[in-house]
Amino acid sequence: MPEQPPYEPERAIAGTGMGGAMDLGASEAAGLEKAPGGPDGTGPRDKARSLWSDAWRDLRRNPVFLASALVILFLVFVSLWPSAIASGSPLSCDLAKAQDGSGPGAPFGYDGQGCNVYTRTVYGARTSVTVGVCATLGVALFGSVLGALAGYFGGVWDSVLSRLTDVFFAIPVVLGGLVLLSVVTSNTVWPVIGFMVLLGWPQLSRIARGSVITAKHHDYVQAARALGASDSRILLRHIAPNAVAPVIVVATIALGTYIALEATLSYLGVGLKPPSVSWGIDISAASPYIRNAPHALLWPSGALAVTVLAFIMLGDAVRDALDPKLR
Amino acid sequence: MGRYVVRRLLQMIPVFVGATLLIFLMVNVMGDPVAGLCGERACDPATAAQLKKEFGLDKPLWQQYLTYMGNVFTGDFGTAFNGQPVTELMGSAFPVTIRLTIVAVLFEIVIGITLGVLTGLRRGRPVDTGVLLATLVVISVPTFVTGLLLQLLLGIRWGWIRPSVRTGSFDELIVPGLVLASVSLAYVTRLTRTSIAENRRSDYVRTAVAKGLPHRRVVTRHLLRNSLIPVVTFIGTDIGALMGGAIVTERIFNIHGVGYQLYQGILRQNTQTVVGFVTVLVLVFLVANLLVDLLYAVLDPRIRYA
Amino acid sequence: MLLDVRDLRVEFRTRDGVAHAVNGVSYAVDAGETLAVLGESGSGKSVTAQAVMGILDTPPGRITGGQVLFQGRDLLTLKEEERRKVRGAGLAMIFQDALSALNPVLPVGDQLGEMFTVHRGMSKKEARVRAVELMDRVRIPAAAQRVRDYPHQFSGGMRQRIMIAMALALEPALIIADEPTTALDVTVQAQVMDLLAELRREYRMGLILITHDLGVVADVADRIAVMYAGRIVESAPVHDIYKAPAHPYTRGLLDSIPRLDHKGRELYAIKGLPPDLAAVPPGCAFHPRCPMARDVCRTDVPPLHAVADGRGSACHFWRECLRGDER
Repeated sequence: MPEQPPYEPERAIAGTGMGGAMDLGASEAAGLEKAPGGPDGTGPRDKARSLWSDAWRDLRRNPVFLASALVILFLVFVSLWPSAIASGSPLSCDLAKAQDGSGPGAPFGYDGQGCNVYTRTVYGARTSVTVGVCATLGVALFGSVLGALAGYFGGVWDSVLSRLTDVFFAIPVVLGGLVLLSVVTSNTVWPVIGFMVLLGWPQLSRIARGSVITAKHHDYVQAARALGASDSRILLRHIAPNAVAPVIVVATIALGTYIALEATLSYLGVGLKPPSVSWGIDISAASPYIRNAPHALLWPSGALAVTVLAFIMLGDAVRDALDPKLR
Repeated sequence: MGRYVVRRLLQMIPVFVGATLLIFLMVNVMGDPVAGLCGERACDPATAAQLKKEFGLDKPLWQQYLTYMGNVFTGDFGTAFNGQPVTELMGSAFPVTIRLTIVAVLFEIVIGITLGVLTGLRRGRPVDTGVLLATLVVISVPTFVTGLLLQLLLGIRWGWIRPSVRTGSFDELIVPGLVLASVSLAYVTRLTRTSIAENRRSDYVRTAVAKGLPHRRVVTRHLLRNSLIPVVTFIGTDIGALMGGAIVTERIFNIHGVGYQLYQGILRQNTQTVVGFVTVLVLVFLVANLLVDLLYAVLDPRIRYA
Repeated sequence: MLLDVRDLRVEFRTRDGVAHAVNGVSYAVDAGETLAVLGESGSGKSVTAQAVMGILDTPPGRITGGQVLFQGRDLLTLKEEERRKVRGAGLAMIFQDALSALNPVLPVGDQLGEMFTVHRGMSKKEARVRAVELMDRVRIPAAAQRVRDYPHQFSGGMRQRIMIAMALALEPALIIADEPTTALDVTVQAQVMDLLAELRREYRMGLILITHDLGVVADVADRIAVMYAGRIVESAPVHDIYKAPAHPYTRGLLDSIPRLDHKGRELYAIKGLPPDLAAVPPGCAFHPRCPMARDVCRTDVPPLHAVADGRGSACHFWRECLRGDER
């Protein structure tokens, strides 16, 4: 293997296009490096606690964070109670109104099938948020547990896992989705989520593995080990609190990319299929009418873009806040 | 170095086998491999059994995989749904996709690196903030949306390009290439920017300034040379991802490349087309990664291969 | 005077306010003279040197006042192109950590030769020859072969020799060495210091030696300037200072050197910590740590009193300090 301690090129995303581990870190250490003044935190718990409270203090003052958090809260609200802001059903369409411009109760106009674009866009949020949240939870749980165990115990399982992640990284995501989902007949979000977990976990397992390995070599972990702490205690109490930050950051950004991926797969006709409601389906359905009814394409596209942007910016802000080196 | 290459090649074998096996299993287990062979109708059971026997599909999966891979290594990728040999499809599809990828990589290099250097050197200024915001937007808008929008604006509204590609020559592929590159382009910009900004404060750049070198020389010879190492690495590994990810772009602009053939193969559940193309794509990905690792050693003398 | 720094002021704008790193520093170096600038980290000694050299990071740094007269010209008012020509040719700098100060991806020969191609317009071939000569000068064995090697292939001491060679390349009138031996092993420190002193004599250069190590100073320096919180608190010929310091801070530094004849006694340490440059104490910045401090020290900034010819102390009670009565 190349001996490359100073920097390992981050391959995770390059392989799959799914990732958010790529550098999105925007902020920089402004100004003078401060001498480490004052008494230092005494233990890992103190350190972790101050890391989180510092991060929270930074976040509350960050306009990017506030804006994206607001958008996300709104999205969650809309996906829970879509009827609160949109009347009618997303499935009731009137061919007579096909491609019409905006009318009463339909500020965004009608699409090629005469469906209310506004209603469909509002209802589409639920699919995106469900897929994004569930896939991220699945990937984060599955990936980080596997990665953390492999990183902590090392040995054969670690090498097996590393090779396995290599295998998954070699398969382009959209392609894998096409192959796997093209034969699925169930028209729900679950196969899509299952597929994302199946192909997404290696990304987080790599991140978790890396940060556990780093944490493992810290002096306080060595000290805990020397004092006879058990493996589970070391992992849960000493390593996890310090290794969890990168996982959270990558998972937040990944959430946005999963939403984009669901839309892409639905656009290609293998994710959700009509009569399900999804921005991807709407965009796909609108593309043949792009000439005469571009509004049917633009509104769901805009909603999708803003949603993904919100999650990516949130992850970006959280990363800046959690990375003390950037302070 | 030679030994390192050999070892890396050996390490590629399990990844190659794993990835192709995975796809092979996906296609075979999940789908019905003879479904597409009787045209639009479903096969009657007798024909299906006959076909399965003919293609060796009644044998255990591992045996099918071995037979298939054995054939692949003799250059026989099987036949596509329309009776054409898969290799013939590849012969017509890969040149187009390779051209598309070349255009995309050129965009990444020219625009991505330029913007990255520009913003990295002007951190915090309006240019920087603007470009940074633009990259976030580009990353957030899924490729198929970018593609459709560009098609709508450039192709339909303004009529600058033909909305769909006919021959697949370079000039027709400029806009599709930009669409394919868009997300990576934004990543390259951000990566370059961060790398430049980080290295700009490094001690050796300060030394270069203290030596009395002109600003231009400090930037090109000292700053860029170091900052571009991770960028080159990223672009190299991205080549495989671009080729595999061209499905969406090729569908929007109706380009008959690898993605198009794969899409057709998947829709018609033609195992041999899908597995064949994926096998080649995985190989491209692995070889690109190996080359990037070797390039890394050339660019950064601190890396030693043992 | 070769170099005459007058009332130099530098500040840094940081998130936590404005840090006054250099507050009216004046010092002078004659041709062939060695001035040691002594101080703890954060005293402003390196920032002063960077401002003189013209390699201060701006922003966040900013020069707010003063003059830097080099061979009669004020460097601060020169055009950048003029200034650049002075750097390296008239005024060169040696950095603390040669490993990070040398470009990791260029052979050392290229980095040395660059001085000649850029400033003297030599061909690459000639420059290469000169680079080998220089490496010989600083006694790097097998220079002709090693000229193609990269910085990481050299030992710490050899790397620092290359730094010295680079500074010497154009035979500048003045060299600023910023903690040139701090990053080295103790055994190598003396060799490198001796080499530097020897070459300085040979080339009849002025030398500013920035250090926090009093032990190094005694052998090499002609004069000493002691800095504290961005000011010069004492400036004197080296022997006078060792005989009888005229500032309690200098005395504290001298007393905290371990001495064989004091074996068994407790080592003296200056109590407290250096001040935060964003909130320097009013009056004499040293007063919170000073054993002699009285009321006047808390309110009035002491000027640099002339203690003797060529000797100054910024202490209200320099007479008492000089006599040695305190505590």
